[in-house]
Amino acid sequence: MDPVDVTAGETAASEIAVVASPAVRSRRRARRSLAGWVQGGGLSALLFALPMLVIFTAFSWYPIVRLVLLSFQETNLFDPPTWVGLENFRAVIEDPLFLTAVKNTAYFAALALVFGYPIPLVAAVLVSESTRFRGLYGALAYLPVVLPPVVGVLLWKYVFYEPSNIGLFNTALGWIGFGPYGWLQDPGTAMPALVVYSTWANAGTTVIIYLAALTSVDRTLYEAASVDGAGLWRKIWHITLPQIRGVMLVTLMLQIIGTAQVFLEPFLFTAGGPANSTLTVLLLIYQYAFGNSLGVGFGQAAALSLMLAVFLAVFSVAFIRLTRSWSTR
Amino acid sequence: MRSNFRAMLVVTLVAAFAVTAGSVSTAPAASQAKITVTVAALRPGSSEEAKKQFNDNVALFERRNKNVDIRPVEYAWNGATFAAQLAAGRLPTVFTVPFTDARTLGENRQLADVTAQIKRWPYFKKFQPSILAEATTSKGRIVGVPYAAYAQALHYNRQLFRQAGLNPNKPPTTWAQLQQYAKQISQRTGQAGYAQMGLNDNTAGWIATTVTYTFGGRVQTGRGTRAVARLNNPQTIQSLQMLRKMRWTDNSMGSTYDYTWPTINQAFAAGKIGMFINGSDIYTFLVQSTDINPSIYGIAPLPLAKHKSAGVLGGGSIAAVRPDTKGAKLEAAMRWIDFFYIRKLVEKAAAIRDAKILVANKQPVGVPSFPIFNRAQFVQANLWVKPYVNVPTAQMRPFLTGIFKQKLYPEPVASTQSVYHALDPVVQAVFTDREANIVELLNDANQVAQKAISEGK
Repeated sequence: MDPVDVTAGETAASEIAVVASPAVRSRRRARRSLAGWVQGGGLSALLFALPMLVIFTAFSWYPIVRLVLLSFQETNLFDPPTWVGLENFRAVIEDPLFLTAVKNTAYFAALALVFGYPIPLVAAVLVSESTRFRGLYGALAYLPVVLPPVVGVLLWKYVFYEPSNIGLFNTALGWIGFGPYGWLQDPGTAMPALVVYSTWANAGTTVIIYLAALTSVDRTLYEAASVDGAGLWRKIWHITLPQIRGVMLVTLMLQIIGTAQVFLEPFLFTAGGPANSTLTVLLLIYQYAFGNSLGVGFGQAAALSLMLAVFLAVFSVAFIRLTRSWSTR
Repeated sequence: MRSNFRAMLVVTLVAAFAVTAGSVSTAPAASQAKITVTVAALRPGSSEEAKKQFNDNVALFERRNKNVDIRPVEYAWNGATFAAQLAAGRLPTVFTVPFTDARTLGENRQLADVTAQIKRWPYFKKFQPSILAEATTSKGRIVGVPYAAYAQALHYNRQLFRQAGLNPNKPPTTWAQLQQYAKQISQRTGQAGYAQMGLNDNTAGWIATTVTYTFGGRVQTGRGTRAVARLNNPQTIQSLQMLRKMRWTDNSMGSTYDYTWPTINQAFAAGKIGMFINGSDIYTFLVQSTDINPSIYGIAPLPLAKHKSAGVLGGGSIAAVRPDTKGAKLEAAMRWIDFFYIRKLVEKAAAIRDAKILVANKQPVGVPSFPIFNRAQFVQANLWVKPYVNVPTAQMRPFLTGIFKQKLYPEPVASTQSVYHALDPVVQAVFTDREANIVELLNDANQVAQKAISEGK
């Protein structure tokens, strides 16, 4: 906008304001501002946003508010709920399975971090370094993601993790005289087995994100490094990783949030067993709500959901603040 | 600006219509005169013959009740999905629940009160009081109609028995014999001699309780929220020690320890299991949902220990109605329950009509069951359908001749599913840890069960 025009407009407006009474001034300002808001596109914006607002209100914000209310209530799903204060939170904290679920979830997250986090990064770097069939490698890496999760779980459960000697892993181990092992039926191997599946099923998305990030790395940096005699490893360590560290931090945060909410794998593979060794926080929430046909644990389920949501929100804020300087350096 | 406004108006109206479309009724005015009753039909995955048999019944009912429109929906009772359906208001008008749950659901006002309707039935007084009690709340209100009762039984594969050198007409009668047979089957056929449900979905605890009963133990005493959990009783310890021996010493249980209700039936039908425990009425499921070869099927009573309280755990199914069903719709729902579930047990014409439809659709007639009404009525009903019986009764003889010599006991009455759920991890620990401390695990499970009982969950 032209600065001269602004000055002229301000001058005209102040002259009008001097001659009008305060009440008239106020009414005119209101009328002008509403009309101005409409003419300025405010109504259009509101109408465009309305469907989204309605849908978000109905399917996101309203359920969140209901969840918060439900965490302080007891319900039988038919009669009006009754207020019970902090009783649901107390019941959750006193439940011996709560600590088990937290420990198991932390174990899953740690295993996924150690084994699952680096794999997509390494795969993306290798794919980006390949000169031929790059698209094919990328597609192959992404393939498990397009497989419906239930199909993937059934495939792994009855083909790879089959406990008898006809299971794929047990057959291979049988050739060298080991097994058969009940991968999902042993408390020691059940959780790692879930992490292996989870990494296989979810790595593809992260590979695609890393591949996109790698395209933004300035190629001249590699050329300069080559001139200086740097090998592949030094180029990755000194150029690639620093250049995509922002993306790496985001994927790290998303992975931690995702693994804290792990449900599908323990639900479909083991139902939390054997002997509660794969019972996670989200599975415990599910068991509170749907563990028996009575559905009288919805309050506890809501309370634990709220606790998890608050924890993840606090974690996310802390993570972003602590890593802000590093990710933008 | 004006054209933009019109475009936005159209977008908004379309979105608003999309959001509200689901709530707009498009039913023609003519059909509003009819009462629509959604009813639980067969479980998902049932055969085409089974579906046709069900639909034949629906057609016949609708011919006799012109103002009622029956809409069958696939249904299989499952603790988890039931609660979800209940929460979402997605239950059909008429559905079924097991004995374990009806009373507590009724206490929580989650089932319709059908006391007035059921008392008008001419044969109401013939119901066995102990069976009707399974659907009666502490205030005496009837919240469902019991229509099937079963006893836990030992199902065995006659073909594997033969391959193992055992006589399929002489199933085990003691637990020691069962252990020996399991070992023999496992060693000679390579299949699991004995298998047991072990998933963390209450089934592991259910079967552990069943075995406890056969040793004379009980997992709780008393009723309601004042009941006392007794999961750490000597008989449960004994039964789990036996399980451990079969799993780790005899190595007679195969390699799968996370079976649940449908998967263990499927594995049995596929010839992977020599013996296992389940309700006496599962032959229907085996026919409808698996490719079982009927010639392999055998059923026997459970072995009982020499203990004065040793007996067989019983169970059954109850037809119930959604709690928000009122007036004419409730009457229509009860007419369907009468027609589909009950009338065949008390009326010759209905019994024969039902049997004919079953036979025409290659569905089993004559699956072992227990009296819902008095014993004389039960015998009479069996005589009516005798000409239509198509199940291998000769292979069921050990059960049919032995079961009425045993005492049948009901399931734990307080927080039944929660008590079973507390036992699940103990069974799993025995399956997965050779050194599992059974007593310690049962003490922990007992605390969990007691908490659930006290809270009425």
